[in-house]
Amino acid sequence: MALPVAFFAVFFAYPVAAIVRRGLRIDGAWRFGRFADVLGDAGIRHVLWFTTWQALASTALTLLIALPGAYVLARLEFPGRQVLRAVVTVPFVLPTVVVGTAFLALLGHGGLLDQLWGVRLDTTVWAILLAHVFFNYAVVVRTVGGLWAQLDPRQEEAARMLGASPLTAWRTVTLPALAPAVAAAALMVFLFTFTSFGVVQILGGPTFSTLEVEIYRQTSEIFDLSTAAVLTLVQFAAVGAILAVHAWTVRRREGALKLVDAALTARRPRGAGQWTLLAGVLATIAVLLLLPLAVLVQRSLTAPGFGYYRALTDPDGGVFPVAPISAVGTSLSYAAAATAIAVVIGSLAAAALTRRDAGRLVRGFDALLMLPLGVSAVTVGFGFLIALDKPPLDLRQSWILVPLAQALVGVPFVVRTMLPVLRAVDARLREAAAVLGASPWRVWREVDLPMVRRALLVAAGFAFAVSLGEFGATVFIARPDNPTLPVAVARLLSRPGDLNYGQAMALSTILMVVCAVALLLLERLRTADRSGEL
Amino acid sequence: MHTKTFVAAAVGLGLVTLSACGSSGGKSAADSKTVTLVSHDSWKASKSVIAEFEKSSGYKVRVLTDGDAGQAVNKAILTKDNPQGDVFFGVDNTLLSRALDNGLFQPYEAKGSDRIEAPYRADGAKHRVTPIDTGDICVNYDKKYFADHKLAPPATFDDLVKPQYRNLLVTEDAAASSPGLGFLLGTAARYGDTGWQAYWKKLRANGVKVVSGWEQAYDQEFSGSAGGRKAKGDRPLVVSYASSPPAEVIYAQPRPKTAPTGVAQGTCFRQVEYAGLLANAGNTKGGKAFLDFLVSKRFQEDMPLNMFVYPVLQGARVPAEFTQYGPQAKDPETMAPERIAAHRDQWVKSWTSLAVK
Repeated sequence: MALPVAFFAVFFAYPVAAIVRRGLRIDGAWRFGRFADVLGDAGIRHVLWFTTWQALASTALTLLIALPGAYVLARLEFPGRQVLRAVVTVPFVLPTVVVGTAFLALLGHGGLLDQLWGVRLDTTVWAILLAHVFFNYAVVVRTVGGLWAQLDPRQEEAARMLGASPLTAWRTVTLPALAPAVAAAALMVFLFTFTSFGVVQILGGPTFSTLEVEIYRQTSEIFDLSTAAVLTLVQFAAVGAILAVHAWTVRRREGALKLVDAALTARRPRGAGQWTLLAGVLATIAVLLLLPLAVLVQRSLTAPGFGYYRALTDPDGGVFPVAPISAVGTSLSYAAAATAIAVVIGSLAAAALTRRDAGRLVRGFDALLMLPLGVSAVTVGFGFLIALDKPPLDLRQSWILVPLAQALVGVPFVVRTMLPVLRAVDARLREAAAVLGASPWRVWREVDLPMVRRALLVAAGFAFAVSLGEFGATVFIARPDNPTLPVAVARLLSRPGDLNYGQAMALSTILMVVCAVALLLLERLRTADRSGEL
Repeated sequence: MHTKTFVAAAVGLGLVTLSACGSSGGKSAADSKTVTLVSHDSWKASKSVIAEFEKSSGYKVRVLTDGDAGQAVNKAILTKDNPQGDVFFGVDNTLLSRALDNGLFQPYEAKGSDRIEAPYRADGAKHRVTPIDTGDICVNYDKKYFADHKLAPPATFDDLVKPQYRNLLVTEDAAASSPGLGFLLGTAARYGDTGWQAYWKKLRANGVKVVSGWEQAYDQEFSGSAGGRKAKGDRPLVVSYASSPPAEVIYAQPRPKTAPTGVAQGTCFRQVEYAGLLANAGNTKGGKAFLDFLVSKRFQEDMPLNMFVYPVLQGARVPAEFTQYGPQAKDPETMAPERIAAHRDQWVKSWTSLAVK
């Protein structure tokens, strides 16, 4: 418990507090009157309202579209399932600046919808909502699907045997068991969309603005740190409230579940219903997720003889002091470091949170771990600058800040993925081991670990993917000689000229492939690793 | 028991890692043999030119890029008591007052700054900043579109509100984008403190489209750029830079004989970028040497093709691609940094309600 607490205190709470203090404490006095000024502004209130309703709408839409996908990818056996599971996660890690471009190919002028029905959604709120589905599809598929795959189908079958209709059996047996995972996924999607930045900035144009975009503008453009501080605290409070409600509803439902090997639960589709479902999900994935990605690939290939890809290896290409392709190595090593940090911190936190003697304080920490998802990267980044500027913690120019900032975002994923599984482990197993003389560490290693190994790998995969695509915090500390992939893409896109644009597309394609391969390897590892499971 | 040992070990390990990073990261700033430049993401210089400076001066150059131009300035102000480096490059005339009012720089008159073109010098005799480069924010046009439609491309701000150019122009959010702000300031310089609002009403009635940033405008909506052609952009007029047409030639394979885009000469706003010695710099001597280097002929002539800007030094040669495809505007709109600072926030606010809402 000590390590996660220390980690969050030093790398999150302290920097954020420092920047908020800078904004609200002027000439030695606290200016809380700023709250009234800022919140009294009609423009700001409009931003608050838009932030909330678009997040609710996005979350509902994502659940609606992605829950069938979670079922299909978890429970139906069909060729290419593993590849598809990795592919749907790719959007999640792509930098928004790239996806915005690709997404317009679907919704904008001359896009697919325009050609088919003459519908253009690029300046409407639908562009934002659909892009949110695009990004967060994998969150639902992975969080809910991970548990769904391990639910014992015999329970639902038993209900059917006793005369329940398929719907009733699903509603009374499966749904309650899934509820914590669905709630966890909904919470994550809501948090992501509530704090959405890139999507809103790019697809929303200057008309739509979320709290996060406003905080960025106030900090980065207008340099009004006191307005930014007020908005940060408002967002903080909103996110805190959401987390509290979530914790309250979920904790009452979580109980020990009977988990089985995922390989035993997947069946080939049977009956017209399942086939239709499969076809529907595949079609949705093709149009909503694969098409925008395909546009990127296609645009990266328009130069003869892979010209854009070859240009990536040129050390004097004009934008960086190094060959752009070196960003792949930089990104991979940063992501590996961030994953290691996130998994260690996240597992320790999750383990501490499931201990039976964990007090209320510790349980409260559960919610606190999620807070970094609700705080603007620009706030954390500026906070780092003024908080971590003295030895022994003068990290401002150190490369480690990038993985650390990425791990802040990764830890909540690790905790969220592991907690439901850890809590589902029957406490009597632990007690039995303890009675037989095992130390707490040995109990964790021999009882919990074998059961959560799968969840741990899922969590690691998430953390890895998040750090690979994480853009917000990396722009703050990236050194020009070692840009990460998202940073390199953004810088190439910010320059005119065919070669720059083409290289940005090629590098995005490489980012997609790297991510898909990494996730696929994890998936393999997951299925190969059967030894320790029940 | 075991858990505690493990946690203690992990905490220990973490602290060791941290202190290791701390010592490798922070100390070097005060190192008298290293000079640290803090800049924005667009900073770029040829390796050979930096190597020459390192050899002749004996300093090693470290570069930190700190986000886009606005962010880099804000962060430098935030850290001014304990700066990350010695020299800051990249504050432009739209942000200069913010930097100076916050005491970001200490005075230093760079050697050779007397040969800088007079109109670019700012801050009078105080010499807190040295002009380094200049560029123009101008409307670019898609040559093919206007040839196909047998229409003369617009040349001035006045032209842009004419009916033949209805629904052709795309620009950027002045609140969030540097070219977007430059274009707004250009109209304010041209039509005066109050006249610009009437102009924007007409521009809006003539169908100007406002998007959030340069990338969306230029790579997505503009029909004349490499990205826009792929994205089927349908706006043949965009607010960009005078140096964008040369970039379209230089970054194309094979290079076309003429640029696919041109510049509407009467729609330009001049940007000047400055550098200065940071207050509380760890290596003042090295910082001064680096500022001298930034105004040297060697650096000034290396700069255009790296950052797509024009030199400010008298007699510095401009690359042929620039003179051929993207000459500097002859009579651009300009505005004093103090005037920009005085009106900027109010203008952007009224602009937002005029052009966006």
